[in-house]
This record gives sequence, C-alpha cells and structure tokens, in this order.
Amino acid sequence: MHKTPLLDQLESGPYPSFVTDLKRLLPTKPQVNDLLGQLERSYKEKITHWKHGGIVGVLGYGSGIIGRYSDLPNEFPGLEHFHTMRINQPSGWFYTSAAIRELCDIWDQYGSGVLNMHGATGDIVFLGTRTEELEPCFQALARKGFDIGGSGSAMRSPSCCVGPARCEWSCYDTLEACYDITQEYQFELHRPSFPYKFKFKFSGCPNDCVASVARADCSVIGVWKDDIRIDQSAVKAYAGGELKPRGGGSPYAKLDIQADVVELCPTGCMSFDGSTLKIDNRNCNHCMHCINLMPQALRPGTETGATLLIGSHAPILEGAQMSWVIVPFMEMEPPYDNLKEIAGNIMEWWAENGKNRERVGELILRLGMRNFLEALGLPPVPQSIKIPRANPFFFWKDADFEAEAAGKKYYTTK
Amino acid sequence: MAEAERITDIGPPHYSKFLPPIIKENYGKWVSHEILEPGVLKHVAESGAELYSVRVASPRIITTIRAREICDVADKFCDGYLRFTSRHNFELLVTDKAKLAPLKEELAKRGWPIGGTGHSLTNIVHTQGWIHCHTPAIDASGIVKSVMDDLFEYFGTHQLPAQVRISLACCLNMCGAVHCSDIAICGVHRTPPKVMHDKLRHLCEIPTTIASCPTGAIRPHPDKTLKSVIVNEERCMYCGNCYTMCPAMPCFDPEKGGVALLVGGKVSNAKSPPMFSRLAVPWIPNNPPRWPEVVSTIRKILIKYAEGANKYERVAEWIERIGWEKFFEVCDIPFTFQHIDDYKFQAYDTYRTSMHFKF
Repeated sequence: MHKTPLLDQLESGPYPSFVTDLKRLLPTKPQVNDLLGQLERSYKEKITHWKHGGIVGVLGYGSGIIGRYSDLPNEFPGLEHFHTMRINQPSGWFYTSAAIRELCDIWDQYGSGVLNMHGATGDIVFLGTRTEELEPCFQALARKGFDIGGSGSAMRSPSCCVGPARCEWSCYDTLEACYDITQEYQFELHRPSFPYKFKFKFSGCPNDCVASVARADCSVIGVWKDDIRIDQSAVKAYAGGELKPRGGGSPYAKLDIQADVVELCPTGCMSFDGSTLKIDNRNCNHCMHCINLMPQALRPGTETGATLLIGSHAPILEGAQMSWVIVPFMEMEPPYDNLKEIAGNIMEWWAENGKNRERVGELILRLGMRNFLEALGLPPVPQSIKIPRANPFFFWKDADFEAEAAGKKYYTTK
Repeated sequence: MAEAERITDIGPPHYSKFLPPIIKENYGKWVSHEILEPGVLKHVAESGAELYSVRVASPRIITTIRAREICDVADKFCDGYLRFTSRHNFELLVTDKAKLAPLKEELAKRGWPIGGTGHSLTNIVHTQGWIHCHTPAIDASGIVKSVMDDLFEYFGTHQLPAQVRISLACCLNMCGAVHCSDIAICGVHRTPPKVMHDKLRHLCEIPTTIASCPTGAIRPHPDKTLKSVIVNEERCMYCGNCYTMCPAMPCFDPEKGGVALLVGGKVSNAKSPPMFSRLAVPWIPNNPPRWPEVVSTIRKILIKYAEGANKYERVAEWIERIGWEKFFEVCDIPFTFQHIDDYKFQAYDTYRTSMHFKF
C-alpha cells in the first residue's frame, strides 16, 4: 500500500472524509490504492498527474465518456487507464435503493467503485475504469434501463429541480419537462453535432434551485402571471409570531412583516396595515422573497408557465454570461411542442452560424440579438432588456422601411 | 449479430419509477413546508399528507460501499426511497413521523451530519481537482473537506443572515457554480504556458490553439519550418485554455499556481437579480493538505458578513449596500491592481463613474 501521510490528515474533522471512504475500497480495488498514491503525490508536488485529454467511448456514441490516463503509469499501474463514464441521472435525482444497488453492482464489476453523486451537470459519475470495460459496462447499464449522459460538443444531460414532486412553488412539471427534452434530443446528446456544448436546465420557480440562469445555455424558469395566493389568517399568524419566518429556517424568531417583507420587496408593491397584507400584483416582479419568507401564507398564482432565458456559460472565452430573457412567458405542457420548436430553431441557427467552440450566448452577442430573434421569429420585448441602449449606433434594415411604408409606427402622438 | 442486440438511445429511466407513493399521490399538490430543525423539512399536501425529508452531508465523491450504506438506511427508515440534491447532499424521504427520531439516531451513530437547510452554509459544489482532471490549478476535494470542517458549525444550524453558497472550481473553466456563488474558490495559474515546440505539431491543431486565447496572445511561430506557436507573455493571463486545446502548452507551476477567492454571486431572484461573483482575493498559495490560509480567509469573510449583514441579506446584497470599499476594509483584504477589471469592454462597466463613495 502507498503511504499517504498528507491525505491521512484529511481523515479527521466532522465533515465526511472522502479519504476515509476511498480507503475502504483498498481490499477489493487495487486501483484505488494507486488513486490515493497518485493523489498523495499531487498533494506533495502541488500539481496534477493526469495526462492531457483522452478520447475513448462506446460504439455508436461520440459522447459521455471522459478518457483519462495517469502520467505516472509505471508507478501507479492501476491508473494506466482511469476513464469516467457519465450516466444520465433520473429527473430530480430520485432513486430507489434497489436502483442504486444495481448501479453499484455494475460499477463494482466493471470499474473502480468510486462515484461522484453527482456531476455538476447532473450525471451519475462512474469514476475510473479501463477502455475495454466501457462497452460491457454500458450494455450492463442499458439492460437495467440506464443510458450514458452527454459530453463534448453535444447536448449535455439536462437537469431539473425537485419541482412538483416536493415543492409547492413549482410553476410547471420540471421533472417531466426534463425527461421529455432528454428523450427528444437523444441523438444530439449521444452524437456531438454542435459547434460546442449545449445545456438545458429546468427550475420550477425564480428561486432557481438548479442555477439554470447561470449554468445552462437554455434556462427554463417557472413563473406565474396572475395573483399571488394569500391566506390572510396565516399572515396574521406570522405577524403574531405563531408561524416562524422562512418556514423556521432562519435565526429570527418572529417575522416583522413591514420591515422584512414589505420594505424588502424590490418593487414596493406590498402593504400591510397590521392585519391584512395587500399585493399590487400588476407591479410584482415574481422575485419570490415574500413567498420564501411566508411559505404557509403565500403561494404563486395558478396561471403558470415558464420564462425562457438563453446564453449562460462560464468565462471562457469572452467572459462569463448569465442567461437573459427571450420569451417572458410560455406554457409548459407536455409534449412541450412550443419549447421544442424554439429550441430547435436556436440549435439550427447556432449550428449554421456558430464558430468552432462558440457557445450560443457568445454567438448572439457577436451577431446581434435582432438577427437571433428574427431567426427564431420572436418579437422584440422590453422584458428581454434591463435598460435600452445609450449609444446611437443602431441599425435599420430594408424590412423596417417596408414596414414603415405599410404603416408601422415608432412613436405615438396621443 | 452481437451488434443487433446492443441497446442505445434509451435515455435515463423515467423518474416515476423512483418516486415514493406519497409523492406520486400528492405530485403537484403540495401546499406549504416548514423546516422543523436544521436538516429536517416537512412538506404538507392538499390531502393533508405529510412528507419529512432529512438532508445529509456528502463529500460528493463516494464509494459503492458508502452508496450501499445509504441504501441500507433508506431501506430501514424510508421504504427504500431517497434523492440527491442539486448541491450533492442526499435526502432520506420519510412518511412515518415516528421514524424521524430513530433515523436521526442512526445517522448520528454513523457520523453522517444532517443540515444544509435554511440560513445555513450548505454543501460546497465542487469539481475534480487532482483526483481526475488534467487542467486543475488546485485540488477540489481536499479544500472542500478543509473548509467544511472549519465552518462545520454553520452546516447544521440556521445562524446566518441568509443562506450562504460556497463553490469551488479547480481552474477557471469554472465547472459548477463559482461564477455565481456567495463565496467562490477558484484555481488560478500565474505562469504562461511553456510551448513544447518539438511536440506541438504532432499533438495540436494550430488554428484552434490560436483561437482559444481570449487575449490574442498566441500566434504562429515566425519560423515557418517549425510548425508551432509563440506566446506573447505580456498578453497572457494564464487562463490555460490553450492547454485545454493543445497538450504541448502546459502552464502548471506548483509554487505560483494557487487559489483566488470571489464573493457576492447569487442565482436566485429573491429581492435582487442574479449576480456574478467578484474578485475578493487574487491569490492564496496552494498549501495541502489543509490549505490553512484559504480556510482562515473564508472564515473571516463569512464572519464579517454574518456580523454586518441585515436580516435576509445575501453576501452580494450586503456588499452592494455597504460598498466594495467598505467590504475590503471590514474584511481587512488588501486591494490590488488585480482587482481592477481590464478585460475588454466589460471592464468599463465596473469602474466608478460617480462621486458616490466612502472614505
């Protein structure tokens, strides 16, 4: 066994130790001895010991396996190959123990026994196996109903929040939308055919518990159009201190409705006279703050759907972006034809115009929102901007003059 | 014939196979929830049905042994039903309230901490680090363990002004949530790539390598017979993206690489819009296995936030209210040239074009 004096120091302390857990695989998985040995070496030298890249996969797919080889294969022969398999997770990361045991049986047979539950995009991650094990492992998984997830310049595995399965705020069925979209784009997920990666994430409300606004090219965030539902008797219970703010999850014993809710409302559309809470719903921006603080008194409305936002990605290459609004409200009902039509148009426009390794958000900035919206057949709406442009460098197209001649107005005189 | 039997394109299993009966019966019909205590949620449905969820810490990297143990507990107390969260905790789903106390006893016996709800510091979303990636400037799991051990008191309690999300990425590809977290730990290089001219033409596509550079620091080698590239080192800010594209351009340096800290990002829309995290500390040395300088700096920021923030104020909202100049002052963090954005036109939007500042 390799000596690991540095890693051993990570076995103490109250937080669950990955080192302690990994060591339990030593009797059955010699490669984990080498994994700890190489990691110890990295801790000593402060540098990674994985070789650059690695292209491996399973027959018929171009996606889902991350090849990895140690740069010290003689010293750590168990890491000569140490590939990762991404396994597409069920919506909302719900499991039965029976399903997890089946996954473990397969991974114990074909791989290292090391897992990530889960990768940041959502996949179950099988961490560490040899090239020759990939295909039989995949087929063993498929026989149990699991398929490989995405990687490379492809659709990545969509993910979603817990949604209507266990949340009273979910404005559409995030789990079903995530499953349906994943099935719709199986070809694009398994066989990279895009300029770069493309991610979908589905959140049921503007709390955005899967961080779709920051971590998905296409962010689908639930929202409502009608009035927030108010239970005034529960409001009184909050005012009286019988109900605790934030469902009890804060350090504060009692809610001060005026200071904590009314005055923190970003649009100032609420008032409270000591017994009745009023909301001017036409001026509410659906931020969720009042609902978050008073979950037993307030709920989203019932005319629900989602906002579609586009473009987020991490800093490479042109700087990080968060997704921005392109469709303020759309219905979200199976089979989600409206979403699929827009998503299909986005992918087609991006595939046609995108440069190598250009995320769709970067492409829109390069070619302009107008070209993007026109390609999708979407109208310009004020909800898609924070503020109009300050510079006077705007374009006119022949189509504008034609529309003008046909009676289109840019101004009103009343 | 073997090929004909292959199963492909089936996608993930339908989630309905894994939902406990109480969720199937009350799907989309939940009316409210409470957080009974740190780590324990109670959801109530229109029908009056009650579901209890116990949230448990996980280091994300787990073995099949640990996964089977989690299944054992789920079998004993939850009829075999469980889920994982978007921050890699797992949740045991209990329908019988009487089972809550024995479940908590069982978790305590196993040393599995519960928490991560409400105004806590929950799990750290993180990446591969030295355990599996080829571009990291720092490790992931080791720093996460060190920070969570140090700030453990905040995981199982609700004592912060609002929830605090810490994330880690081992390089500036920022896999995960570093660009949008209250406190973010990001691996950074500080040395330009060393071009391996003899290997480059065998291993790399020169045009994609050149196109990979955000600052345009890479161009074809002036010696046309060499079929390689050169790096204008004064324009290189060590992002490592050329190494991602081209194995002949490693930029690792054990002593100069290290940790940058960012603060003030969020994704939720509550009160304020989603925000990017901003640079707080440009560099802290890599110091395995416990990264004490990283741990103590994060603790300092967290404590100053907890002391200074108003009720329900996220880190971003606290800093925006007091001003960045006060943030650096109260956290006693030196302000440096590195903090001032100089990346293309985005930089201008970060400069102060007003007289609104504090001395």
